[in-house]
Amino acid sequence: MSPRLLDVTDLNVSFETRDGPVHAVKNLSFQLAPGEVLGIVGESGSGKTQAAMAVLGLMADNGRVTGSIRFEGDELVGLRGARLREIRGARIAIVFQDPMTSLNPYLTIGAQMGLVLKRHRGLRGEAARKECVQLLDAVHITDPASRLRMYPHELSGGMRQRVMIATALLCRPALLIADEPTTALDVTVQAQILALMAELRVSFGTAILLITHDLGVAAGTCDRLLVMQRGTCQEQGDIDDCFHNPKTAYARELLECVPRLDAEPTRTRPAPGEPIVRVQDLAVHYSVAQPGFFTAPKTLRALDGVSLELRPGETLGVVGESGSGKSTLARAVLRLVRPTGGTVCLLGRELAELPEDEVRESRRDMQLVFQDPLAALDPRMTVRQIIAEPLEAFESGLSEAAITARVSEAMIEVGLDPEWRNRYPHQFSGGQCQRVGIARALILKPKLLVCDEAVSALDVTVQAQIVSLLLELQARLGLALIFISHDLAVVRRLSHRVLVMYLGKVMEMADADELYRAPKHPYTRALMAAVPIPDPRLEKTRVKALAKGEVPSPLAAPGGCAFRTRCEFAIGQCGSAEPELRDVGTARVACWRVGEI
Amino acid sequence: MTDVVGAASAATATIPDAPRSLWSDAWSTLRQNRAAMTAAIVLGTLVLFVLLGPALSDYRFDKPNWDEIAVPPMTGGHLFGTDSLGRDLYTRTLMGGRMSLLVGIVSTLVSLIIGIAYGATAGFLGGRVDRVMMRIVDILYALPFMFLVILLMVLFGRNIVLIFVAIGAINWLDMARIVRGQTLGLKQREFIEAARVSGVKSGRIILRHIVPNLLGVVVIYVTLTIPQVILVESFLSFLGLGVQEPMTSWGVMVSDGALDMENAPWMLIFPAVFLAITLFCFNYLGDGLRDALDPRDRSGR
Repeated sequence: MSPRLLDVTDLNVSFETRDGPVHAVKNLSFQLAPGEVLGIVGESGSGKTQAAMAVLGLMADNGRVTGSIRFEGDELVGLRGARLREIRGARIAIVFQDPMTSLNPYLTIGAQMGLVLKRHRGLRGEAARKECVQLLDAVHITDPASRLRMYPHELSGGMRQRVMIATALLCRPALLIADEPTTALDVTVQAQILALMAELRVSFGTAILLITHDLGVAAGTCDRLLVMQRGTCQEQGDIDDCFHNPKTAYARELLECVPRLDAEPTRTRPAPGEPIVRVQDLAVHYSVAQPGFFTAPKTLRALDGVSLELRPGETLGVVGESGSGKSTLARAVLRLVRPTGGTVCLLGRELAELPEDEVRESRRDMQLVFQDPLAALDPRMTVRQIIAEPLEAFESGLSEAAITARVSEAMIEVGLDPEWRNRYPHQFSGGQCQRVGIARALILKPKLLVCDEAVSALDVTVQAQIVSLLLELQARLGLALIFISHDLAVVRRLSHRVLVMYLGKVMEMADADELYRAPKHPYTRALMAAVPIPDPRLEKTRVKALAKGEVPSPLAAPGGCAFRTRCEFAIGQCGSAEPELRDVGTARVACWRVGEI
Repeated sequence: MTDVVGAASAATATIPDAPRSLWSDAWSTLRQNRAAMTAAIVLGTLVLFVLLGPALSDYRFDKPNWDEIAVPPMTGGHLFGTDSLGRDLYTRTLMGGRMSLLVGIVSTLVSLIIGIAYGATAGFLGGRVDRVMMRIVDILYALPFMFLVILLMVLFGRNIVLIFVAIGAINWLDMARIVRGQTLGLKQREFIEAARVSGVKSGRIILRHIVPNLLGVVVIYVTLTIPQVILVESFLSFLGLGVQEPMTSWGVMVSDGALDMENAPWMLIFPAVFLAITLFCFNYLGDGLRDALDPRDRSGR
């Protein structure tokens, strides 16, 4: 056994609150050898972040840490002041989830990195600059010397996270704590950052404590795994054992709930029938004012030429990275934004050109479920008032008793106890709030339900419950579903057909089975390659063809094929003309080289 | 996650069956807030006192008595003593309270109603409507307050109602700006979009979603406005534009009393104490209201 770098025994973290002490971490023990990667996984509130914060000595004022944390022979519990600061930042470094909020927007990258060097290594001036350039180069930032003069907002999300990692490595720490380092990033960028961390771990020999909620991320990166639930360690061991031979019920449950990209779902095709909604060449363009008095505004093509059809009981999955126009598509179909061009036909009624008060008539047939379950519910209304709102808008004159009966019925349908109708949203958990949102959407018995990232903010076990609920409701009510998500694995579980979008345009549209089995567009392939699979054996041997770089700003979208700047197959033709959607087998693909690659 | 479910089901037993609303829940929360309830009771007593007191008093508030000029409290049947014209200070304090409370509450109410309606509409509709409405506010801001008051006096003659109009006309501008800013933020929230998807009409969204969510800020602003309005009134009266002798208000009495502070401190102390108690009560009541109107704060208990 190699000498231990970090030795945590019987760690307890509690917080004094008005309602008595809250125990965030209970009797946690783990060890970390030099150069090893330990993953801590768990759902929200499991105490994984608090455990890491205790190691760093970063505690809220009401926090209390007991037990022992030995790092390189020093006891960290109870350590404070100068001695702690000497270790923190120099020997232990941290990378946070959101690179934008952890970088100071008023300082250049060079200035922020320089501060660390000055404080911990006494380097200044040219020596410091050289060191920074070297580190930025190590995290694969192109043209590092000029990046040092840039401000955080001038860099993309992935680049900022690279800068954070470079800053953390400036003092060659023995331990790097990465707290959800890729959660705020797009899936293609996540794959790049994870690859970078794996590479740096070898070249710098740094031990990594990776905190994540995503078992797929852990599978590809970690040597050992620690599963936490409600502050206690449920399971700890070798990564292969944890995934393939889990000993505790909780770990098994967690693994079963994770949607897998390589799972074969059994979705039967709905009976063919008249489409409920028919969208033709839908476009939404925004005019974005530019700085300066005489500068003409730029046009942002949030959505460009999207067509689709949806039958009762059918699910269309919509996937793409941020800025791909997924949410704009949802809002244009629901006429929450006015389309610039194209048509939306719901049950034979043309909506695109109608004035707002006439669109209202059709709202009873189309509803939306939101991403953030709590934010979508008015905090000052009871659940009964929230669910009854569409009812009151469309069926005025119902008696109080009738409303209560309908609300109770809707609550039972989504698996909520109708006794809870007088509670407020904040008294519910995230999953329950999402059920309230679904009950509100379904109370008028709509024909079309749009879910905009409806399960993305939920923990995996809750996510699995909501997905089953949606499947069940669809089977029972014959709903047509548009399911928007950045998570390709969840989309696979729900969808009959999938639409892949990039910078407001459709790249590929195909039956789900075919799309996942044989993706045709290079972008679809890059997306799939980037999704981590929660299976360490598979994940560590998978050859990934990752997309280069990041999504460009929709204001500066490349001409021709939108994806060509990141595509490994791009040729001259891709830049000169935009590919149309063409039929390839049963799929429709927008790519010049689809036959050749 | 599971803890939350557990805690929630434990609370189920106590939930009554009747449909609840923000207002009925706010009322029951407010009743449990001791500071706020004490403040409300004191305020209520004060209002009763001010309304009925002068009629029950042995003295008239406007009748000078040249034999008893500036006598100290508790002499010759004058509970609070008399002022420099020999008028009974107790009766005058109560009469002044009528005026001050009236000005404070009515002017604030006027600015509250106009301000919320105007600000919420501008913020919610946004775009060109918002720009035009807010420029109108800017123009009104640019009019000097005193000029406005003098203009009103010239046009309509001296009248107590004009004080309300003038003060209200100035104060709603602040309220409209604050409300508009808050509305702009609220409008982006998902539950507003959810209401639109549900087919709720704009007017109803403003009334049901925007306004209740504005109340926290509005209540704080109101507790700041009432004292300000009472002081503005005394300033106007000092300039001879407000309340006219022999009628009085706490503001007028305090500024008169301050002149005679060394010889007859009671002329300052009594109205000042009443004014202070009133403002205290409004503050505590405001704090209580703000907490009561926010369901999220109730989970603490």
